Amino acid sequence: MTALTTRVRGSLGSRARDGASRAVRSLGPLGVTAAALLVLVALVTLLAPVLAPYDPDQPDLFNALGGASAAHPLGGDALGRDVLSRLMWGARTTLSGPVLIICLSTVVGTTLAITAAWAGGKVDAIVSRLLDILFAVPGIVFALITVAVLGPGITGVVLGLAVAYTPYVARVVRSAALRERNLPYVAAAWVQGRSAFAICVRHLLPNLRPLIIAQSVSALGFAVIDLAAISFLGLGVQPPTSDWGLMVKSGLDSATRGQPLEALGAGLLIVLVVAAVIVLGDRLGQEEGGRR
Amino acid sequence: MTVFLLRRLAGLAVVLLVASFLVYGLLYLVPGGPMAFLLGNRSGTPEQIAAIRAQYHLDDPFLVRYATWLGDAVRGDFGSSLVYRQDVSALMSARAATTTFLVGYSTVLIVVVGVAAGTLAGLRRGRVDNVVSAVSSAFLATPTFVIGVVLVIVFALGLGWFPVFGPGEGFGGRLYHLTLPAITLSLGSAAFLARITRASVREELGREHVETARSRGLAESLVIRRHVLRNASIPVITVTGLTVASLIAGSVVVENVFALDGLGSLFVRAILQRDFAVVQAVVLVLVTAFVLVNLVVDLCYKALDPRMSR
Repeated sequence: MTALTTRVRGSLGSRARDGASRAVRSLGPLGVTAAALLVLVALVTLLAPVLAPYDPDQPDLFNALGGASAAHPLGGDALGRDVLSRLMWGARTTLSGPVLIICLSTVVGTTLAITAAWAGGKVDAIVSRLLDILFAVPGIVFALITVAVLGPGITGVVLGLAVAYTPYVARVVRSAALRERNLPYVAAAWVQGRSAFAICVRHLLPNLRPLIIAQSVSALGFAVIDLAAISFLGLGVQPPTSDWGLMVKSGLDSATRGQPLEALGAGLLIVLVVAAVIVLGDRLGQEEGGRR
Repeated sequence: MTVFLLRRLAGLAVVLLVASFLVYGLLYLVPGGPMAFLLGNRSGTPEQIAAIRAQYHLDDPFLVRYATWLGDAVRGDFGSSLVYRQDVSALMSARAATTTFLVGYSTVLIVVVGVAAGTLAGLRRGRVDNVVSAVSSAFLATPTFVIGVVLVIVFALGLGWFPVFGPGEGFGGRLYHLTLPAITLSLGSAAFLARITRASVREELGREHVETARSRGLAESLVIRRHVLRNASIPVITVTGLTVASLIAGSVVVENVFALDGLGSLFVRAILQRDFAVVQAVVLVLVTAFVLVNLVVDLCYKALDPRMSR
């Protein structure tokens, strides 16, 4: 997000404009649409308090299970809360959780991977076995186990999914780091007497960065799906907080009573965001593949 | 091959042992420890607490208790549920049938739809290919529970073709009742399999041995059957196996959408009710199934591709 805003703000300078147009070209029309959609969603998420027409938690019995109307474009939920406002506010919980999951798993996974690749031998073997064992448990099951221990709620799910996503990051980064580690520039830096830590942070990490970014963007899409699924199961975000996964669940009940807009709206938003994130991740991955 | 099999089995045993240790140890990480679960919301007199400690052998050392639990679990005894007051293994075996049926049904759908669509897209460039690619991308981005809810709204509530909830009676009833859940569970994986199949068919089409077969004047259908599809099937089979493994996790969500009484819904309910014996047992069964399916996939891969067994 910050990278994007600085890019926009700096676009007055011609150098920055070149950079921006190069980014547009490499993303392609689909990639630009996806990026634009995500920026729009991010804006609505940030501006929810201003944009939302109603208080998302304010019940209104006259609007209970109400259909679309001028006052309530997407109708009301079972308690008569405005669906549109709840979707806007819900973006906050639905999207901040996955971002946190990806940040945590990327930091831990990258650290593990670079340590393993650099140290090699026993350390590498231990880290690899550890990752193998984590791979043996499906991500969503792992998150459910954490919830079983910590109790239902967003904290347990975010922690569980962050751990479950770590091996995927670590595997990709480790193999790239192994390749990078054997390149002459690393040996050159070593001969110059740089410390292992300095080489990893100053040289290895910047070279791996495009790969790490592409990998985390793709993983973000799956994190949105998994977190929303667990909230849908009633084990993640807890009511009355608005959340897209929860809204699909409560919307299913409303749909059996004739108001399908809540479930469909929340479901559509999840699909659009995930699709945009996946497209963007694909493009970044292709760019990264092209550079190698 | 035997050496490979033995090595994989040993690795599998280690993974399951570590997993079971973690699953059992979890109980002790919970705030308040095992007593918090066993007592539930009651506060309990000292005599009751002592009785519970004796009943669950809580005064034995941790490793002794773990060994006892594991020994019982291997023999199919997972203790008894605190909520249902029933044997956990009895609770599970009644529900495992629904889950197995659902996963099996979905597997058939995934293989038929995914392979057919992927092969078609691989062989026919142009419009067919574009449509299949677009549809599969859309399904890949859609979470299973959203697919499920949309299917319920359209086909069960809107058109009334299918029942909304419940698992159904007898084989025919089951098949009918589990159709929407199975479609829900399979769409994403079918899309993934279609992509893999398409890429694999494309790759084989461009190979030299296909060119050679064509220049020898073999009929196109024969070239496609013998030279393209046969070689293209190897990665497809591997991916199919891995997909089936992922269905085990996916069924947890789908069973809850359709209120099916399977292992997945038992699992979620047990977490909500803090019924730890059930949680431990279901996790252990799910992980075992997941790991076993992965092993079978590896074995098939080796058996199918002679280059790999060397």
